[in-house]
Amino acid sequence: MTYTGWILLTASLVGLSCGIVGVFLILRRMAMMADAISHTVLLGIVTAFLITRELSGPHMLIGAIVAGLLTAVLVQWFNSRGVQQDASIGVVFTTLFAIGVILIATQVGNAHLDTKHALMGEITFVPWDLMHVPLLGEVPKATFMLGAVLLVVIIVILAFYKEWKITSFDPALAASIGIPVVLMHYVFMSLVSITTVAAFDAVGAIMVVAMLITPAAAAYLWTDKLSTMLVLSGTFGVISAFTGYYIAVWLDTSISGSMAFATGIVFLISFLFSPKHGVLSRYLHKFNTHGSQEKLDGTS
Amino acid sequence: MSVLQVQGLNASYRKNKVLHDVSFEVGQGSLTSIVGPNGAGKSTLLKVMLELHPKLSGDVSFFGSSLSKTKTRVGYVPQRGSVDWDFPTDALDVVMMGLYGRVGWLKRPNKSHKEKAMASLEQMGMADFAGRQISQLSGGQQQRVFLARALVQDADLYFMDEPLAGVDAATERAIMTTLKDLKTAGKTVMVVHHDLQTVEDYFDHVLLLNRTVIAHGKTEEAFTKDHVYRAYGGTLRWMKEA
Amino acid sequence: MLNSLLSPNTQWVLLSTLILGMAAGMIGCLAYWKRQSLMSDALSHAALPGVVIAFALTGSKNLLVMILGAAVSALIGAWMIQWIRSSSRIKEDTAMGMILSVFFGLGIMLLTIVNRTAGGNQSGLDNFIFGQAASMVRKDVFTMLILAVLVILVVSIGFKEWKLFLFDPDFARGLGLNSRLMNSLYMGVLVLVIVIGIQAVGVILMAAMLIIPAVSARYWTQSFRTMVILSAVFGGGSGFIGTLISTLGKGWPTGPFIVVASSVLFTVSLVFGAEKGLLIQAMQLRSQKKDHTESSNQAVIKPQLSERGNHQ
Repeated sequence: MTYTGWILLTASLVGLSCGIVGVFLILRRMAMMADAISHTVLLGIVTAFLITRELSGPHMLIGAIVAGLLTAVLVQWFNSRGVQQDASIGVVFTTLFAIGVILIATQVGNAHLDTKHALMGEITFVPWDLMHVPLLGEVPKATFMLGAVLLVVIIVILAFYKEWKITSFDPALAASIGIPVVLMHYVFMSLVSITTVAAFDAVGAIMVVAMLITPAAAAYLWTDKLSTMLVLSGTFGVISAFTGYYIAVWLDTSISGSMAFATGIVFLISFLFSPKHGVLSRYLHKFNTHGSQEKLDGTS
Repeated sequence: MSVLQVQGLNASYRKNKVLHDVSFEVGQGSLTSIVGPNGAGKSTLLKVMLELHPKLSGDVSFFGSSLSKTKTRVGYVPQRGSVDWDFPTDALDVVMMGLYGRVGWLKRPNKSHKEKAMASLEQMGMADFAGRQISQLSGGQQQRVFLARALVQDADLYFMDEPLAGVDAATERAIMTTLKDLKTAGKTVMVVHHDLQTVEDYFDHVLLLNRTVIAHGKTEEAFTKDHVYRAYGGTLRWMKEA
Repeated sequence: MLNSLLSPNTQWVLLSTLILGMAAGMIGCLAYWKRQSLMSDALSHAALPGVVIAFALTGSKNLLVMILGAAVSALIGAWMIQWIRSSSRIKEDTAMGMILSVFFGLGIMLLTIVNRTAGGNQSGLDNFIFGQAASMVRKDVFTMLILAVLVILVVSIGFKEWKLFLFDPDFARGLGLNSRLMNSLYMGVLVLVIVIGIQAVGVILMAAMLIIPAVSARYWTQSFRTMVILSAVFGGGSGFIGTLISTLGKGWPTGPFIVVASSVLFTVSLVFGAEKGLLIQAMQLRSQKKDHTESSNQAVIKPQLSERGNHQ
């Protein structure tokens, strides 16, 4: 495959897995947890690196899951001790991220890992870091990891589809019929963590947040069906990846920054023009029903 | 045989103790309203019994057994405001959720589940709205969807949190008819209720609660002016409650 | 250490992080009670494109101009969050997450372009992402000091109005307090603190300076006044300590050390705090024990359930 092909494939895989996970993130009102986890996985990766002295896929995944779960547990714990939800997110993620940055600066040196890379990623290097995969041949490491994570995400979401739906919509009912709401919560946080870390290396933390939240929010404006929303959100993620890439080539600028920006464009279009929940259609709707409203008022 | 037995239940919410030594028993086929002022612990009582909120001490037994063994026999209707009605789903789908416990892990709801859900929507007069996105429903219709979801659970004991709050007259009638049908079918229902004026018409039993049980029993015996006054303290304004 | 303390530039930097920490601690209390702690995170990210554009337009690293750019961009972000939330079914946290990441992405795009066209020597702009208090010169410090003092004055002068506005906005309106004005003023000082703080600790960790001191102060007092004062003390203290530590090693980042210093103070507050600290609660628990074993009280609350509860 061509160099551009690998980049587009990698970014599309990010768009797909983030898009799917993102739908449940925003429905569970945990958008800012994505922001938090995307920062704290840095600490997980650094710690894994300091222990094993290598930056390999499995170590990073484990480090990220631990860091992600630690974030979720700490946020929950402070919250249960009376700290407001968003304040406790703020305390936890900034602290863990700061520790990660300090560890990088004092222990790691700038040789293998640096904070800027973690935030912005270096997707342009992805196609050069190859590994051999049976049947597929030479595949970029990051792409392979993202593919594997996407597979895990799809399997976990589909296998427990109705459980995800009910615990997101009505956790009280879910708990009362015996679904382990708490366990599902932490499984979900693990999903967010592995998605984040897999995408991290390629596109960086900020684009992960954009890809997790924005396509899902855009999809939310187009449909009233959860399954459709999942498909749309993944599609929007891929569209943003492509659009972002070509914007970046056109302006000769950061690819991941442009992809994050492109998710914003997709959202803006949905926000303004979606026939169901767009601003324009709401405005027109108000305008149209105004007349009939007056009639109703007249008869009452 | 008593369907529900509560013994010495204590619970706190945040730092405040909201349930103090609550004990009562509910017999089969009864229709009980839980009545008390704001902050009396009515919703908390339901949640504690269903183990959705931790208790400090006390015992709750369902059908002479523990909740974990009788989960499918207990149905719960949370307050309407406890969920986000913008959730991307339709009325039929919400009702189907009542069956998820029965469908089991890794399985998808099938046609018979769908038919069941449809029948129960019909029973609540909501069949025409099956495909409607739930935020497009009125408050009363949303409450009926919740009721339909409870019906589909086909439980023997139901807990309902304020199902009559903020609904229109037609919905109130539909819900009360359903509750009475349930009672006739031998089911047991406990309802958190806020309208003192309708207690005597709607329910055969009443549990007056204000952090502890003030009175409990048949409506005509327990729902006396004296008891109500004790439950509400000085805050009672009979006429304004409606 | 003594040497670094003697360096006049370090003294200026120490002074500025101290004052900045105080200002951020005070505003953080307002944000905490407006339940907008994470808004500060969103706004500090949203400031980035403005900084870069201001630089690109003027071609110089004039702090005041860049602060202006940051403020405009952050305010546009705030306005968009408000617009998205009020005119669609999108919830506030989602809107914040979107603005945060999309604006930041735009900022990175512009930054890359500016860095490329302006030649390699302008990479100082990167400091806005990670912060670099140590590289500040005296003129920058003066600008920051003046703005920070301004913020502290705004909060102190209208203290009782702020209290009313935060605690019971409806009642405040009833008393004739102009809530629109208060809201704009609040947004104004919040953005001001954020954009001056970015220079020191960077876009990403700015939120910590606003959130952590306020949360820590909560553990010591029930009074709003004391909370604001304590929060300012914690904020200023961690600014000072963090900067000091970062001067000990070569290339040690200032921002993260300030945040960690702040977190240490938070942990101390969490354990020893007089109001809700773990130690105090454990002692109260022991005295209550004859009544009930409360071990199951807090920790068991299901994450999802308690969260929803808060929203009601």
